[in-house]
Amino acid sequence: MTTQTIEAPRSARAARRTTNWEKWGWIYMRVSGVLLVVLVFGHLFVNLIAGDGVHQVDFAFVAGKWASPFWQVWDTLMLWLALIHGGNGMRTIINDYVYQPTIRRILLGSLLVSVAVLILLGTLVAWTFDPCPTGGNPEFLPSICSAAA
Amino acid sequence: MSGTAGVVADDRSVDVPVPRTRIAGTVYRGREGMWSWVLHRITGVAIFFFLLVHVMDTALVRLSPEAYDAVIGTYKTPLMGLGEAGLVGAIVFHAYNGLRIIAVDFSRWAVRHQRLLFWVVLGLWAVTMAGFLPRHLMVVFSELGE
Repeated sequence: MTTQTIEAPRSARAARRTTNWEKWGWIYMRVSGVLLVVLVFGHLFVNLIAGDGVHQVDFAFVAGKWASPFWQVWDTLMLWLALIHGGNGMRTIINDYVYQPTIRRILLGSLLVSVAVLILLGTLVAWTFDPCPTGGNPEFLPSICSAAA
Repeated sequence: MSGTAGVVADDRSVDVPVPRTRIAGTVYRGREGMWSWVLHRITGVAIFFFLLVHVMDTALVRLSPEAYDAVIGTYKTPLMGLGEAGLVGAIVFHAYNGLRIIAVDFSRWAVRHQRLLFWVVLGLWAVTMAGFLPRHLMVVFSELGE
């Protein structure tokens, strides 16, 4: 008697074992997008419409905002969500238009480095920031500093 | 079903109206859907490059108050003010059109009405900009003499 062993299909199960990064990227774009609408619109309202508009922005204005953990958290969230959202969008565009593998790899690599460096830089700045730096010119300091002019 | 085409060929398929002037074989190309896609890309790239510069100029607060105010001071010109208006216009479009994309992804009604929703996006964009521009341009041009 001849028998034939029919193996169970493996490809679907194998595919299920690995993380579907493109699916999570797709979900990330939508979730971060909704959050960014709130965070960015709030950011634009407070900085460009409320108070004296865009001309109010100077060191004292930023220092006044980052004296409160509320705006530190707000801006850090916005930084991470927006740079990863924008980086993933730029990745899509590079993959769509750059056919040359070497150039594509260079562009994707530079994109990854830029996004990573800016997230690190922005996070460090927002959390190690001193609104009243010692020796700072009193004319530039916010009113909350004892050295302010 | 004349005048409609299935988007997905299974039980989740949705019948969508086919525009009269469409390019053969698509329901999307050459009309509102395409322009929504094109504008989403262009505004997205513009916002991304602004973001790179914006994180770096804000990082100057960590250097010194003088350095930050010197760089931000060069932004306080009518030309940069108009640039800011363009940037806000790009952000508002990208935001509303992104919400439209999410609606089309998750709702059958929105798939059928994706072209109408593009005009809703443009309408809401116009209303938002009508609220923002007078305020912003007043700030930008009122302090010219200072």
